[in-house]
Amino acid sequence: MNRCERLWGKMAKKQSISIALLVIALVCLAGHAIAQSGGELRFCLRMEPKTFDPLKVEDEASASIRYLTGGVLVRVNRQTQELEPELAQSWKISKDGRQITFHLRSGVSFSDGTPFSAEDVAYTVQQLMDPALHSATGDAFRSGTGNVETKIISPTQISITFPAPVAGLDRLFDQVAILSERSSKKEAAVLGPFMLADYKPGASVLLKRNPNYWKTDEQGRKLPYLDSIRLDIQPNRDVEMLRFKRGELDLINSLDTDYFDKLAASSPQLVHDAGPSLDSEQLWFNEVAKAPIPAYKKNWFRSANFRRAISQAINREDLSRIVYRGHARPALGPFSPANKFWFNNNLKPQIYSPDAALRTLQAEGFRMENGALKDKDGNAVIFSIVTNAGSKPRERMAVLIQDDLQKIGIRVNVVTLDFPSLIERMTQTFDYEAIILGLTNVDLDPNGEMNVWLSSSENHQWNPQQKVPETAWEAEIDRLMRAQAASTDPKQRKEAFDRVQEIVAEQEPFIFLINKNALSAVSTAVHGATPVILSPQTFWNADRLTVAAK
Amino acid sequence: MNLWRKLACAVLAVVLCASAAANWLAPAGYARQYREATNSAPSRTHWLGTDEIGRDRFARVLYGTRISLLLAPAAALLSTLMAAFIGGLAGYLGGIWAKLAMAVTDLFLSLPWLFLLITARALMPLNVSPLISVLVTFLLLGLLGWTTAARVLCSTAASLRSSDFVRQARAAGVPAQRLFWIHVLPNLKPVLYAQFWISIPVFILSEANLGILGLGVAEPMPSWGSLLKELEGLVSLGEEPWKFVPLILLVLVVMSFQFLLSNQDEVTA
Repeated sequence: MNRCERLWGKMAKKQSISIALLVIALVCLAGHAIAQSGGELRFCLRMEPKTFDPLKVEDEASASIRYLTGGVLVRVNRQTQELEPELAQSWKISKDGRQITFHLRSGVSFSDGTPFSAEDVAYTVQQLMDPALHSATGDAFRSGTGNVETKIISPTQISITFPAPVAGLDRLFDQVAILSERSSKKEAAVLGPFMLADYKPGASVLLKRNPNYWKTDEQGRKLPYLDSIRLDIQPNRDVEMLRFKRGELDLINSLDTDYFDKLAASSPQLVHDAGPSLDSEQLWFNEVAKAPIPAYKKNWFRSANFRRAISQAINREDLSRIVYRGHARPALGPFSPANKFWFNNNLKPQIYSPDAALRTLQAEGFRMENGALKDKDGNAVIFSIVTNAGSKPRERMAVLIQDDLQKIGIRVNVVTLDFPSLIERMTQTFDYEAIILGLTNVDLDPNGEMNVWLSSSENHQWNPQQKVPETAWEAEIDRLMRAQAASTDPKQRKEAFDRVQEIVAEQEPFIFLINKNALSAVSTAVHGATPVILSPQTFWNADRLTVAAK
Repeated sequence: MNLWRKLACAVLAVVLCASAAANWLAPAGYARQYREATNSAPSRTHWLGTDEIGRDRFARVLYGTRISLLLAPAAALLSTLMAAFIGGLAGYLGGIWAKLAMAVTDLFLSLPWLFLLITARALMPLNVSPLISVLVTFLLLGLLGWTTAARVLCSTAASLRSSDFVRQARAAGVPAQRLFWIHVLPNLKPVLYAQFWISIPVFILSEANLGILGLGVAEPMPSWGSLLKELEGLVSLGEEPWKFVPLILLVLVVMSFQFLLSNQDEVTA
């Protein structure tokens, strides 16, 4: 071996060592990058967010942004439906249900670096309860007349006192994103996993990782894993689906049955059916005394036996199987079985039976004449069912119900109206006979439905804004709803609301039809997603999601 | 009669006979729901498959053809006659009459019809039978669809008025009424035909879209418009091709009418 070869050998050896070191360094760097970078999650908001102020949130798009950016004292775990500590390590509600005391985490900072303390909680509660703000979130806390008082016991301890007991008080704080009192950025300073980085009106919202987010995973790594979330504003569901299929979006939070089945046929690994959701679809008759409809029809609609017979004649299994292609369950009452604690397990399903329906109607004085049902005064039973145009499931349900009721001699005219006209008829003119619409339920607690079940409420749809309850059973529901709202004992509250569900099942002011399943689509590039029934179904654990590089 | 006309005759004869014999060809009717066979592909029992709630698509196409073939041309005829009367006469008379007629036409064109139709729906009772709803829908279409055609006819009539043969006729002392009926109106025929044929598919599709206002053909009655709505959710052309039958039928029928009734020279050209 000559000198040149030896020199070359030494150089080659040195080079090999250098390359090996370089590879090791690169692997370490890559590992570090994998640990730190979770990629960008992309999905659509179906409407423009109306506000970025978490206290003023009313619409779904703003609620999604609040969920991703807002830090809350306690959080309802969307999977277990249990309440979990967040910024508050622990909390205690007084026996009278008027006061809640939070013990806060220390060492937590807002996204802009300002420290978090009890002063921020006091500031947020005061802002929230300011009547001038008209906060829907704040309305849930209004239990009686008088002011809400906050008392800062220490920088990590605060008590909040309400003028009257608030049922389910601790759960209500799931919706309250804490604002910074001292930060000049106000609502832009957040405690949640992400912070607002860019907003292009009509186009997109970009959220970036909050560098000061307090949470870590089991291995002590800082959360969230994701670098950013891009929310494209896209009301058109066809476009949303097309972009998802092309890989331009990572998830679709709420899918229609048609889209779900089409996607399931081509890519079954992308779709998720989490089972019955809290949402229901229902039919109700107009029972408003001043409604501009014939008196004899009002008498039908106000008869519990008539409503019960209609309910018996509707084949709910077919509604679930045909309209929702099996992605729905026949509804039993105001709450879906998905609401584990509040659903009354003693409710019996309404058995489909046209014969039983006819017997019920005959007992009420109705009779069949040449295949047409007539009341005791000889009026043919004909009424219209209105629903909103463009909702294929509701239109299909109306046509199936039309066919079901024809079997007992009832002629139904199906009418589809644009949504504003329908709402006007439903809430202003009361010029309708029956309506099919849905109830979107985001709150597990029955207090969230006080505005539906109290007879004085505007949303007591079959007969709203009653000065005094017009029927004994509505008076009983009023009493029970107020009793459960005033009580802090979960057992007492459950008993009261169980009875409400029984009365509703007996009287059927709402004929509950189905509970839709929670359908969603998640790209295989997203890791850690476990879609659930509670909103936001697919990104409830956004701080633990990662997106593989495209 | 050339080949195209013979073909058009044959197509129309088949379609008209089939729709007239709908009761015999599809005795179960358009509303019967075969709930155990929803969204099924064509078979011996359901020649064009079933729709999403199990109704026989063949029966619905036959009955829908009956409704659309009767009412869409009727509405098109109404709107074309109104356009001919208002636009043709205004163009022929000229001067203040033309200005007045076109001002009325412009006013109609600038009105927000969507809101007016919403108001019309609000004034109508909800509880009307499907038959009445379909009649009202096509009547409204006929009454509202004349404006664009009127402008076209006005300008055509105006150019005819100043044409040499009309001037000669006028100079020869032909009375104004005779001039209009014998010399002007026959020359407006091609434009009237074109407007008539354009209006038919437009009205069929408008009827489908008016459903959003609660003015379309009410369930369970079928129409070509409501059948065409089934195509909304299709992702590709190859997916469920039998759903295209109403569309093919619409194109075939409109083309056949045009071949049959248009001037033979024009067709050949």
